Amino acid sequence: MANFSKSHVPQFTAEVYQNEYLPEGAGEVNAIVTVTSTGGGTTGGRPGAGASSAAVVIMVDCSGSMDYPPTKMRNAREATAAAIDTIRDGVAFAVVAGTHKAEEVYPGNGRTAIADPATREQAKQALRKLKPSGGTAIGTWLRLADRLLSSADVAIRHGILLTDGRNEHETPEELRAALDGCAGRFTCDCRGVGTDWEVKEVTGIASALLGSADIVADPSGLEADFRQMMETAMGKEVADVSLRLWTPQGTRIKYVKQVAPTVEELTDRRVEAGPRAGDYPTGSWGDESRDYHVCVEVPAAGVGQEMLAARVSLVLPSADGGAPEVLSQGLVRAVWTDDMAASTKINAQVAHYTGQAELAQVIQQGLEARKAGDLDTATSKLGRAVQLAAESGNEDTAKLLAKVVDVVDVATGTVRLKQKVADADEMTLETRSTKTVRVKK
Amino acid sequence: MPQLTVCPSCAERLEPEDKFCGNCGTNLAAAAVARKPWEPPSDTDGGLVAPRSGEPAAETATRGPHGPATGYGPPPPRQESDAAPGDYGLAPPERSAPAAAPDRAPRPDHSAPGVVPRAGATDPREVLLADGGSPARMCVACGTGSVDPDGYCEHCGHAQPRERDHMEQELPGVAAVTDRGLRHHRNEDAFALSAVALPDGGSAVVAVVCDGVSSAARPDEASAAAARAANASLRVSLTGGAAPREAMHEALLTAAESVNALADDHDPDPAANAPACTCVSAVTTGDLLTVGWIGDSRAYWIPDDRTGERPARLTEDDSWAARMVEAGLMSEAEAYADVRAHAITGWLGADAVELDPHTASFQPDRPGVVVVCTDGLWNYAESAAELAAVVPADARDHPLRCAQTLVGVALDGGGHDNITVAVLPFPTPQPG
Repeated sequence: MANFSKSHVPQFTAEVYQNEYLPEGAGEVNAIVTVTSTGGGTTGGRPGAGASSAAVVIMVDCSGSMDYPPTKMRNAREATAAAIDTIRDGVAFAVVAGTHKAEEVYPGNGRTAIADPATREQAKQALRKLKPSGGTAIGTWLRLADRLLSSADVAIRHGILLTDGRNEHETPEELRAALDGCAGRFTCDCRGVGTDWEVKEVTGIASALLGSADIVADPSGLEADFRQMMETAMGKEVADVSLRLWTPQGTRIKYVKQVAPTVEELTDRRVEAGPRAGDYPTGSWGDESRDYHVCVEVPAAGVGQEMLAARVSLVLPSADGGAPEVLSQGLVRAVWTDDMAASTKINAQVAHYTGQAELAQVIQQGLEARKAGDLDTATSKLGRAVQLAAESGNEDTAKLLAKVVDVVDVATGTVRLKQKVADADEMTLETRSTKTVRVKK
Repeated sequence: MPQLTVCPSCAERLEPEDKFCGNCGTNLAAAAVARKPWEPPSDTDGGLVAPRSGEPAAETATRGPHGPATGYGPPPPRQESDAAPGDYGLAPPERSAPAAAPDRAPRPDHSAPGVVPRAGATDPREVLLADGGSPARMCVACGTGSVDPDGYCEHCGHAQPRERDHMEQELPGVAAVTDRGLRHHRNEDAFALSAVALPDGGSAVVAVVCDGVSSAARPDEASAAAARAANASLRVSLTGGAAPREAMHEALLTAAESVNALADDHDPDPAANAPACTCVSAVTTGDLLTVGWIGDSRAYWIPDDRTGERPARLTEDDSWAARMVEAGLMSEAEAYADVRAHAITGWLGADAVELDPHTASFQPDRPGVVVVCTDGLWNYAESAAELAAVVPADARDHPLRCAQTLVGVALDGGGHDNITVAVLPFPTPQPG
């Protein structure tokens, strides 16, 4: 249903949470920046201006392994059909079959089709052609998706990628090169089906293309997941938003990371944007809110001094190549004080997300150690994870951890590694380790 | 003092001896005062110095905690505490009409027009922006970057001096100085002055000094609002013929209301206390001296003749230490050595437990000055005798210079807190 109370252009707000007070001699400034965009998507298939400015390509793994068990290919086909049903009228779309090479399934003319009842039906018919055979070279799928997406004159370009196996028919360098070529040109959500795929490969692709990654261990869950992903993609209203960070002379950005809804390291993705300013890509936005942790080192100053440690803004490149549009901004300050009560207080948001980032890290380190047979390290890391998940109220992660370890005492993080762990459970924990929860109000 | 080579407001080139910008009139002393060793006031052109906008204490600033003060030891016993008022020549208050000649024509109102509270634009940076059209200001810290609309350098990020960092004002019969001090990042003190004509033909001089509570939200706004409101209320009451003590009581209530009005549910930090401040005022009307206060900002009587008469503190702090002493639970030395000594028990603000304005009137029988100040000064000269020792002998003739000197004393002592001092000569000098 049309929602007339909202305009099509999202409004961005940036709120800064920090304790700006530093003790004498200190020089590290931490802040959580909450960016919220409203007035964009989540109108649920609303026909309108947004619809014609988006394009989406679905990449379905058709390698030979998709036939074991045969339900996998059938489920993938049905899930893709369900996703196609969710595509809004007017949106450009295409379907690609992925093996050791990429093949157009629909519409098949090197371009995209415009969604309407007829094209959606044709696309679903075309899915019957999908036959599992051959290998896996995901880089080729991405390059084809990029070509198809760039044939459409749209603002929002999005991919949905389904795979069930390792990227065995090209080198990691070839995949890396494909990702470098596609980064910033379209966003892509990735799903691993079954348990024969490589978590780091799939999360790496999603991360590079600013999309989500998840596991669908049971192929029967694909349909609901695909529909959900497509609805989210249809909600995006503005693409290529960057987080711009200006910092004064003499300061150093220690790190910048997205911390909600997932942990995503952004520090090394900086693109210089004028004197002392850099842009970090955030992809496309619908109605949503994300949190970023900014850590800046400033030269220590005397008590009573105040400085601007960083100016954080959301910028949108202008269509005509002129000055980018600043959507919203917030200030990160540093004030030196001899009031110990003020300077020793840790901002609740900063503390929370520091814990969530550590949670993601210890899960990954713990699982890594477990695979390497270093059970002591695995036990201690995963124990710490149990403790952090409980403290911060990250219940989903706590449940996933409980499938990998037996929890003896939550408060102290005392755990025993389970003797037998289902592959699906371990892969789910690893894939979702970066999911965070927000501060409890 | 660091040498400014260009005006921080309009980038006009400056000569080393310039006190004001020749182009836009910015007070360069105020611009440069932050951070620097204090210099004794020069005695040139004793008149200073309404801030450029012509608007004194009406702006924003920040202040030190009312918690334990750092940087000074337990204060020595207060020498005047055991003296009866009569001992130092302050007659008990009388309700008789002031001695002003009834046949004199009412004096014109001497308060500067700028003293009238102005709505809006309470942030000095807004005022700077509102100037419009002026060239970009350059950073006073690095001299390289220009200043962004938020008041920070675009090169080094350094916060720029704000108008409230240092302000001075002088009216006939009263002068005041406020300073950020050396350890706080903004000035949360505020003052307001008036000279008003009374309906009986006499005149009254008003000084209000307020100190924002740092542990509460927006203390700078609280002190500015309270100073403005108390000053305006006193002017109205006195002009209307109200008795000074009644006018004072009313002014404190009005000031409290103005601070209450600042409390709002949309505060960015809901955990912070409601805006709060202290308030102390002194009014001289003919031969009567009236003080009123809430909190731990103080007024002192400093007679010209330091040999014949003892100086006195005229106010009693609303503080933990004062309460302990009053209740006989601790000796003064013990009480003031306690870490809780400076916790205030009375303040203006929406979360004040009870509002208990204190007022007192005195009839000094000899000339002197009234010093009205925040704890940023009295932390360094706690007893009346200590304060008298640093009040210049010619304070009554040069109240502004006296206020500057006393601010200097606090800065030399470490300037741990914001400092505000108002000086009222008594009796009020007659014009001409």
